[in-house]
Amino acid sequence: MAVAKGSAPQSGEPSKRGDRRRQLVLTLSRVWAWAFLGLLIAFFVITVPLSSNGSVNFLTVRNSQNILMAIVSVLLLGLGQTFVIITAGIDLSVGHMMSLASVVSALVLREVFNAGVPLFPAVAIGLLAALATAALVGFLQGSIIARLKVPAFIVTLGGGFVLRGVALLMSDNSTVIGLPPGVRDYGNESLMYFIPGDSGGLYFFNRPEVSGELVRSMDRILPYPVIIAAIVVILMAFLLRRTAFGRHTYAIGGNQEAALRAGIPVDRHLIQLYMLSASTAAVAGFLSTLRFTAGSAVIGDPLLMSSIAAVIIGGVSLAGGAGSIIGTVIGALIVAVLTTGLVMLNVQAFWQFIVIGIVIIVAVLIDQSRDLIVSRMRSGA
Amino acid sequence: MEQTAMTSEGNVLSREPMLSVRQLVKRFGGLTAVNKVDMDVYPGEVVGLVGDNAAGKSTLIKCIAGVHQPEEGEIYFEGRRVHFSHPIEARDAHIETIYQDLALAGNLNVGANIFMGREIKKPFLGGLVKVLDEEFMLQESRKLLEQLKIHIPDFTQEIETLSGGQRQAVAIARAVYWKAKLMIMDEPTNNLGVVEQRQVLDLVRELKSQGVPVILISHTLPDVFAVTDRIVVMHRGRKVTDKKTSETDSQEIVQYMVGALDDNRVDA
Ligand SMILES: Nc1ncnc2c1ncn2[C@@H]1O[C@H](COP(=O)(O)OP(=O)(O)OP(=O)(O)O)[C@@H](O)[C@H]1O
Ligand SMILES: [Mg+2]
Repeated sequence: MAVAKGSAPQSGEPSKRGDRRRQLVLTLSRVWAWAFLGLLIAFFVITVPLSSNGSVNFLTVRNSQNILMAIVSVLLLGLGQTFVIITAGIDLSVGHMMSLASVVSALVLREVFNAGVPLFPAVAIGLLAALATAALVGFLQGSIIARLKVPAFIVTLGGGFVLRGVALLMSDNSTVIGLPPGVRDYGNESLMYFIPGDSGGLYFFNRPEVSGELVRSMDRILPYPVIIAAIVVILMAFLLRRTAFGRHTYAIGGNQEAALRAGIPVDRHLIQLYMLSASTAAVAGFLSTLRFTAGSAVIGDPLLMSSIAAVIIGGVSLAGGAGSIIGTVIGALIVAVLTTGLVMLNVQAFWQFIVIGIVIIVAVLIDQSRDLIVSRMRSGA
Repeated sequence: MEQTAMTSEGNVLSREPMLSVRQLVKRFGGLTAVNKVDMDVYPGEVVGLVGDNAAGKSTLIKCIAGVHQPEEGEIYFEGRRVHFSHPIEARDAHIETIYQDLALAGNLNVGANIFMGREIKKPFLGGLVKVLDEEFMLQESRKLLEQLKIHIPDFTQEIETLSGGQRQAVAIARAVYWKAKLMIMDEPTNNLGVVEQRQVLDLVRELKSQGVPVILISHTLPDVFAVTDRIVVMHRGRKVTDKKTSETDSQEIVQYMVGALDDNRVDA
């Protein structure tokens, strides 16, 4: 390795071999999450039928859609969080932000609809209200973090409590009900429907008019919340990978001082990130309102830990500077597959927690040993 | 890249200083870290800034680079009086500062670092949004490093996997790309191996040959004598001498550094 004018004395055979080894370690550490996800699925595909004497299968259309539905909220909470953690920050308020967004969108949707606005625009206005709330919350929290230099952990911890209180206050200590029944379709219907057997088939966009046994055997493929989450995933991946905004996010995580000296408006960028984080949580809250035809002031809180777990299993470093959207998606899938599979194996809930906890720690260990090996190779080169 | 059309010979003859510091004072509480310092840097000139630990070298250049704001005195750059209240303002005036490790993001590759904060974008989806033009930035970086004779095998490598010397070279290359009119280097060879130190010094010469003046802070006198045209010595915040490199030797400079000699002594 050399800055050399002319030839580089040290770059002979050994360092080339070192390069190849380093490359191998990097590649392995990148694919481990995929490999682990594949192994998990294979494991459940084999064990689930065995444990039920063949009456239940893991990889069915219905179960795959259930898993996708199950990850929507955790994933959305993790998407904005991915940006924040890449800058070595943290947003502990996303769970309560999701609850508040659920309450706000339900209230606004209901009032606007009752005022005579048709259903679809009313739903859209509900979403906008949730996003506006998130923008405000993110702006306030981000400003305190970036401008007043209060640690993100503290601000979002306190902020989360405040949001929780506001959500309970606005929902009158419980749930917001009385939403127009049509809302249910937005949160539960899907792009395609599949009915197995001779009298069935594949249907697009419109739910087939069937009854009895056929309804029960009907599978919903790609429910709307899954599609919306997928769109947000694509947008976030684009933002992080392809735009200057994403590049600045990595730069701040890599070396905040250097980013500042390079002219990146660090404070403003951090504020925008906390607004983004609150916003993806708000989408999760909005979707849960559609799904349950009600706003809930407590829906998000239990999901916070799982969402951070997904982000970390996906390879985002709490030290900042590293991570990707696809990693977070895989992390969320791992958490969901693990939970669903263990439930289908009739494993009791406490074992699920224990297993997920171990997976988090092992995932971080793998990332750290990668960093260690790479830096050792560098100093050895 | 056109830094300036002047040759290095012509630069030394040019009598308009690029940078002039007059009677600069910077205090930290009761401590006067920089005490009435005058200093000039001419185009194409490499000035060595030496002195014992805590002599005030870093504080002086931080005042020039906009990190600190001096209490007294004036700074002129290209003949105009300047007040930098932030490092970004100094950078906008094309004063680039190289510190040992502060300038780069280790998790980004060479190209991303050179263009950090000034990314080149291209339209996407018919101009609906702008995306990073990775291809262009990579090509420009490659051309630049070739021109500066910096050898880095893999451009897509993250900076933190490069050696210290390579990283320093990338930091310098970036300053060159953004048309530095004055390059300030605060102990740029610290923590580098012997070979890498030599490579950084080669880069200093390369900059000089391109007409970019350099202020080089270093504790390694042989290096200072190898690349500078002039040496400024500081002692306890004051400038104690300012000599042509060709008219002094390291023994004399050491005498100034320890305070045994002092051109500006005011007998009190
Ligand atoms: N930000 C600061 N706050 C308070 N005192 C400072 C600060 N920066 C420097 N000083 C003090 O000013 C004096 C000059 O420090 P400076 O860093 O300029 O020395 P230096 O010549 O660069 O030394 P070295 O060769 O060790 O880098 C020292 O006594 C130092 O402790
Ligand atoms: Mg110093």
